Amino acid sequence: MNRREVLARLSTGLAVVGTAGLLSFSALAADTIKIGAVAPKTGPLAGGAAVSQWPNIELWAKEVNDRGGLKLKDGQKKVEIIEYDDKTNPGEHIKAAQRLATQDKVDFIIAPYGTGFNVAAAPIYAKYGYPQIAVTSISDQIGELTGRYPGLFFTLGSTTDFVQGVVHVLTGLREKGDIGNKIAMVNVADAFGIELADVARPLFTEAGFEIVYDKSYPLGTPDLSPIIKGAKAANPDAFVAWSYPPDTFGLTEQAIIEDFQVKAFYTAVATAFPAYGGKFGSKINNVLGAGGTNPDDPKIADYRKRHKEVTGKEPDYWASANTYAALEVLAQAIEGVGEADREKVTQYIKDHSFDTVMGELKFENQNSRKYWTVGQWQDGVFRGVDAVNIDGAAPVRVKEGWE
Amino acid sequence: MTGSGWKEIGLAAGLVILAAFVPLVTDGYWLSIAVTAMMYIALATAWTLFSGPTHYISLATGAFFGIGGYLVATGMSDYDISFWVMAAVAPFVAVVLAAIVGAATLRLSGIYFVIFTLGLAEMIRGLVSWVQNNFLGSRGLYVLTDFTEAHIYWMLLIIAAVVYLIGWLIERSRLGFAMKIIGNDEGVAKHLGINTAAAKVALFMITGYFTALVGVVIAPRYSYIEPNLVFSPELSFLVVIMALLGGTQRLWGPIVGVIPFTLIWETISVSFPNATTFYLGLSFLLIVYFIPNGFVGLVEKLARRRQG
Repeated sequence: MNRREVLARLSTGLAVVGTAGLLSFSALAADTIKIGAVAPKTGPLAGGAAVSQWPNIELWAKEVNDRGGLKLKDGQKKVEIIEYDDKTNPGEHIKAAQRLATQDKVDFIIAPYGTGFNVAAAPIYAKYGYPQIAVTSISDQIGELTGRYPGLFFTLGSTTDFVQGVVHVLTGLREKGDIGNKIAMVNVADAFGIELADVARPLFTEAGFEIVYDKSYPLGTPDLSPIIKGAKAANPDAFVAWSYPPDTFGLTEQAIIEDFQVKAFYTAVATAFPAYGGKFGSKINNVLGAGGTNPDDPKIADYRKRHKEVTGKEPDYWASANTYAALEVLAQAIEGVGEADREKVTQYIKDHSFDTVMGELKFENQNSRKYWTVGQWQDGVFRGVDAVNIDGAAPVRVKEGWE
Repeated sequence: MTGSGWKEIGLAAGLVILAAFVPLVTDGYWLSIAVTAMMYIALATAWTLFSGPTHYISLATGAFFGIGGYLVATGMSDYDISFWVMAAVAPFVAVVLAAIVGAATLRLSGIYFVIFTLGLAEMIRGLVSWVQNNFLGSRGLYVLTDFTEAHIYWMLLIIAAVVYLIGWLIERSRLGFAMKIIGNDEGVAKHLGINTAAAKVALFMITGYFTALVGVVIAPRYSYIEPNLVFSPELSFLVVIMALLGGTQRLWGPIVGVIPFTLIWETISVSFPNATTFYLGLSFLLIVYFIPNGFVGLVEKLARRRQG
């Protein structure tokens, strides 16, 4: 290779990189409130973040800027969002959060997507004094975590609340005489699935239920038919699956194939995704799942309409509204303080209540206990049937076949 | 002992001392990059210790790393055992695993080893999930410590330095000489009376020990451990890519590979958050096109040209 050849190759290479760079160029606005956002755009959690996290950030930023920006002491300021992909990797997430804090010097950061990422990023938020209003983070360690990190807020509940919701719903059905007391319970053998099953066993037993089938399956297993066949053979009244998105779909599909007749059928994460209803249509009528919302609430109805108009996507029937509400809390706290002072904003969040799409939110010991725990697909809509401190739960229906 | 050997270790010692000052200069973004780079330096050097001389591409990094991280999390979260006790215990579990895997596969030729290690991380992840699910249970694995990024950085630096020192000593020992012969022609090595299997397994165990130790130190940084995050097949591949980018003929090869890789990766992540994978592929193409023998090859070629 002679020098001219090297030069020619090098310039071709540079031209390719340069053109690509121009394509992703984005203009910077002056005199704005800079808001950072780190969440997965690639990796295992990217699918969930693309439903519940990113569209809400887009919607919120657009709405704040359309009304002229955040009202501060020295006039209105628009928000500018700086986004990074954490690639569903905690190490990458920490780097990106550090970059937001020390290089981009953002005024505020939107809390991460996923329990693990909220916990991994908390020390950085704490170090730089950013308030962290976590949504998609469900933990039984809320007390210890909020004690350790004074700017960390929780809004979607604890593992125990989450399981307790299911216990309430099934107990209610039993009291009405709709179901007996036999439960088939399965779980995905991975972090959160194991934790949920662990919490659920004693709670079900305490409530007088008999667990007639208790099995787990490995994460990512493609064949779930033995699980459903086994559960069916145990002849239960209710089926409960502590499942992740892929197996929520897989278990439902097998239940339809096997025509698994139970009076209550529950799958956990992703049952609330519009894609779930879209895939199974009327077959999953009366299926129970994690989350829920009240589409008849005018605020929620309006939020869902705006979400669809601006982002072109349906919000999910669970964490989407909470995610948007957390952003509303942040905006109201910044406006309440009147300046981008993180310490004052954190204190403001602790001391005030906020008017959001989820109703009035107030933090006690940095924890807002106002969320849906169980929802049910009722005629094409995933309605909340059990909640903590929210009114308007729909009556639970009995599952009747897979038509 | 040759003069160049002492020169090499002296240079390395100087670099370690210099690197120790990084957290005093910066404590934000650049430190977090330095922690990531130091993690990969330690992992890639440990990898080269075994795979450099033997030419066996090991994809077991994710498995060993995961054992370290996972055991620390389980011990601290479920049994209230201190971080230091778990840090002392966990790497030995990895050593036992390395011995078993090594004994099973290293007596065969290289390809069986590669294929076996490819699935190892996934297999161990499945195994620990199964044990946890059926016997131990879990309430979420939290690793909450008071370590700062600086502490983690220094611990990683010490690990990297020790791995390098061990590698340097092995290179000058009977074991190192045996490994070079095995790498060049295993048949010849056997005929010379070298117990090739024992030599390979011994080295693989050392690699396993330090890789797990890196996993132990990183666990407090992640704070919340999920099996599929620490038993990451992607990590195994990244380490191999970085080591190859640097060049595996020399123990210092991975170090010169990791630093530019980390910086390129960071530049891509920052500039093109919506297309990281695409640009990563593009830069690989450019690297392979222009520096096929890694940075070590490039540096040594330039050095030869200057002499000639």
